[in-house]
Amino acid sequence: MHWNSAAEFFAMGGYALYVWGSFGITAAVMAIEVLLLSRQRARVLRNLRDELRSEGGPT
Amino acid sequence: MTTRAIHWFKFASPQNFYGLAGRLWPWFAALAAALMAVGLWISFFVAPTDAQQGQGYRIIFVHVPASQMSMFIYVVMAFWAGLGLAFNTRLSGMMASALAPTGALFAFLSLITGALWGKPMWGAWWVWDARLTSELILLFLYLGFLALQSSIDDPRRADKAGAVLALVGVVNVPIIYFSVQWWNTLHQGASVSLTRAPSMASTMLWGMLIMVVAFWMYTIAVALVRVRSIILERERHTEWVKHALE
Repeated sequence: MHWNSAAEFFAMGGYALYVWGSFGITAAVMAIEVLLLSRQRARVLRNLRDELRSEGGPT
Repeated sequence: MTTRAIHWFKFASPQNFYGLAGRLWPWFAALAAALMAVGLWISFFVAPTDAQQGQGYRIIFVHVPASQMSMFIYVVMAFWAGLGLAFNTRLSGMMASALAPTGALFAFLSLITGALWGKPMWGAWWVWDARLTSELILLFLYLGFLALQSSIDDPRRADKAGAVLALVGVVNVPIIYFSVQWWNTLHQGASVSLTRAPSMASTMLWGMLIMVVAFWMYTIAVALVRVRSIILERERHTEWVKHALE
């Protein structure tokens, strides 16, 4: 362990902006992609169900 | 149907692959989450401070995996695209389409984390160095692929046009990879290579490799989820989709 305190950990030896910026953006991009994927799936399912219903539905 | 041999071609049909992908993606997602947890732990608490770059080098644990994935995904995407072009298989084009957005995101992350690393170490967010420029071209190739596909309404024609672009663009991947050897770049050479011992502490190396595998698992999981949506949309007029929705 190379950190003597939480403050030292968050300061990242003076590179806080760069290190946390990199990890933060990566985490944010992945979170957004996952969110968009679940919304895409919900949208596709909703559209297909609507289409199916307007066709008179399955017999 | 009595034979127990695995019929790989069975999964070339979108219907069968839809089910397979649905069963597989949670495993890849779980692996990605677990490996990322371990990788992050090593990144911040196990890997030592770098002698030259202090704590700033820790960006490597996201920069290298993101950059590698941006290149690998392109090659895999071009492979599927080429397969679709050669054999006219429907699923191949869907796989290529499912991979492209994630590849574009990793190319973007590679450039952003690279800028955040370049600023404190080189004193510049960006330089027109061969490595950086060819990676930027990779991002444009992804965006071009996505734009081209979305501009063509007929999915099969969109697949073909996209496949040609993907295959032509694949020449850029070895250029990125070898750019640090071919040209005098500000960007450093490879830290890890197959032919010589890695030039970094073993815990740093392990942390990086675990993050690389974690990003692989993440990519496979999101590509499988995305391809399921693509399959549903493109196969909407088939009986099996109608039954699956009930």
